[in-house]
Amino acid sequence: MFSQKTTSPVEEGKPEVDENQPLLQVRDLSVVFRTREGSAQAVNKVDLDLARGQTLAILGESGSGKSVTAQAIMGILDMPPAEITSGTIKFRGKDLLTMPEKERRLYRGQRISMVFQDALSALNPVYTVGEQIGELFTVHRGMSRKDAKKKSIELMDKVRIPGAAARVTDYPHQFSGGMRQRIMIAMAIALDPDIIIADEPTTALDVTVQAQVMELLAEMRRETGSGLILITHDLGVVAETADMISVMYAGRTVEHGPATKVFANPAHPYTLGLLESMPRLTGAGDRLYAIPGLPPSLLNLPSGCPFAARCPRAEDICRQDPPPPAVEIDGTRFSACHFAEEVVAHGVR
Amino acid sequence: MGRYVVRRLLLMIPVLIGTTFLIYSMAWALPGDPFASRCGQRPCPESFVQAETERLHLDDPLPIQYGYFMLNMAQGDFGQTSNGESVLEAASRAFPVTVKLTVVAIAFEIVLGIGVGIAAALRRGGYLDGFFLFVSLVAISFPAFVIGYVLQYFLGVKLGLFSVTVGRGAPWEDLILPGFVLASLSLAYVLRLTRATLLETLKADHVRTAIAKGLPRGMVLRKHVVRNSLIPVITYIGADVGILLGGAIVTEGVFNIQGIGGMLFHALSIRENATVVSVTTLVVLVILLVNLLVDLLYARLDPRIRYE
Repeated sequence: MFSQKTTSPVEEGKPEVDENQPLLQVRDLSVVFRTREGSAQAVNKVDLDLARGQTLAILGESGSGKSVTAQAIMGILDMPPAEITSGTIKFRGKDLLTMPEKERRLYRGQRISMVFQDALSALNPVYTVGEQIGELFTVHRGMSRKDAKKKSIELMDKVRIPGAAARVTDYPHQFSGGMRQRIMIAMAIALDPDIIIADEPTTALDVTVQAQVMELLAEMRRETGSGLILITHDLGVVAETADMISVMYAGRTVEHGPATKVFANPAHPYTLGLLESMPRLTGAGDRLYAIPGLPPSLLNLPSGCPFAARCPRAEDICRQDPPPPAVEIDGTRFSACHFAEEVVAHGVR
Repeated sequence: MGRYVVRRLLLMIPVLIGTTFLIYSMAWALPGDPFASRCGQRPCPESFVQAETERLHLDDPLPIQYGYFMLNMAQGDFGQTSNGESVLEAASRAFPVTVKLTVVAIAFEIVLGIGVGIAAALRRGGYLDGFFLFVSLVAISFPAFVIGYVLQYFLGVKLGLFSVTVGRGAPWEDLILPGFVLASLSLAYVLRLTRATLLETLKADHVRTAIAKGLPRGMVLRKHVVRNSLIPVITYIGADVGILLGGAIVTEGVFNIQGIGGMLFHALSIRENATVVSVTTLVVLVILLVNLLVDLLYARLDPRIRYE
């Protein structure tokens, strides 16, 4: 009915950028969701940096604002109800937020691409996977459908889908979960983007498949030399692949720094709590640690540090505005805690 | 697929027997003189009643009467109307008119129902959206004969835009207004269904993926929103084709259209049992076949559905 004849392929090409500028620089980003119950501060003055070839993990529990941050960078927030109230997102020096949508669209898929959490719902059920990979080439590269199909098979081979040439005409529901996520990855790398954002790419998968998909993602990042933003709450995944870590809590970045340092010696009580709540092979028989309490409601954030109510180290100053500023520690990382130096040195007890 | 079709076709046999038996027994159970229409609405002479009773096996038990009736029908003898014409001939004159009326009505459902539904969804909460939601509610609330008479009076009689009745042979231009009236109820449902499924699809994850792939907005809408949203709408319209082909008693009455609906209504009112049962059988057959086609179309539209 709505055949591809009506959607004449447009030769569009990649937007030109200045390669000398930093790859991605997010400053002071705030996102508010206007809901009937009030305004939810989903992202609160977040800074992020990503360099070429780097893997940045954004760590945090549900509702911490990590996915919203990713969607803001990608430009796929539902606005309304979402509203970006402050900040800049600079890609190679160009602010994506002030760019007209016509221009912004060309960055999506070509410069910045995304792998979603649940590949079954993220793929269109009524088109073959070949069609869905191929449309990237027909739209952005002006290729014929035949050439696009060839490209699709190549990409499916590359992400190691067995029998790619035969399966290119299959529909998403005919693939297993792991294979579907490989198709998502194939779409993400298709146009050789500079940044790949993976939003909990393994959460919907079997544990046995998770490692394979993560490995593939890391391998594709290496091969393309792009930067990877990995959004996850899986500390194991972070430990294996991330160069840098940003820990988010209630819409704020509470700690940011090189992965090895953050893991070895957290500078924020929340990060410390997260690491302690990870199951370990040693110390069998001990109860698994859990951070007491729940994160605050984004509709009604408490004054001061959002983590204060659950923090074993909290003192009166933590419950007063302004919230603790990000302080630099040993010249490489930041922590938004009044007692950051102390936490690094002695933990919280 | 082939086996599925064969099974569905075989299943039609018991359905057809069941419905026709019900209609046959109900038609003869109606009060009143079943032969009066043949004798100028007066009691027929004793000899004629006896001959007819003999011919139609009316003294036999109901299932046996019905068996004879079906046997005749299977041999192509559908009985006669009260003026002696064969039912099959009368039906083959009326059916093309009903088909034409259905075509006009379905065209309205597709063009206006889907078109306006899409436009309303894309302007959700706007004036246009509110206006059409109201209009469709009105269309759903009013019975077809009210809409029929009102439009006939204003557009036909007062403004003279459309012809008030449908002439011999039912020319297309005469069928525009009746077609719209016949479509009005389904049109409203199609509009609302299109709007609702479109709004649902707009929120779907795969649409977000399409945007994240940098596809132009128009292409996202056409290819990834509208195409997916139309699956339930087309299924609904398909089922409606079957219903409309069964004849539209009210609309045909208002506009004096000589279709299947009018034929059936006339036959019922003068107790022309042979016509009632034969025509209903044909209608049931058409509805069953159209439903099968709709189910097959559904599988074409949604690759997740496979018939074994």
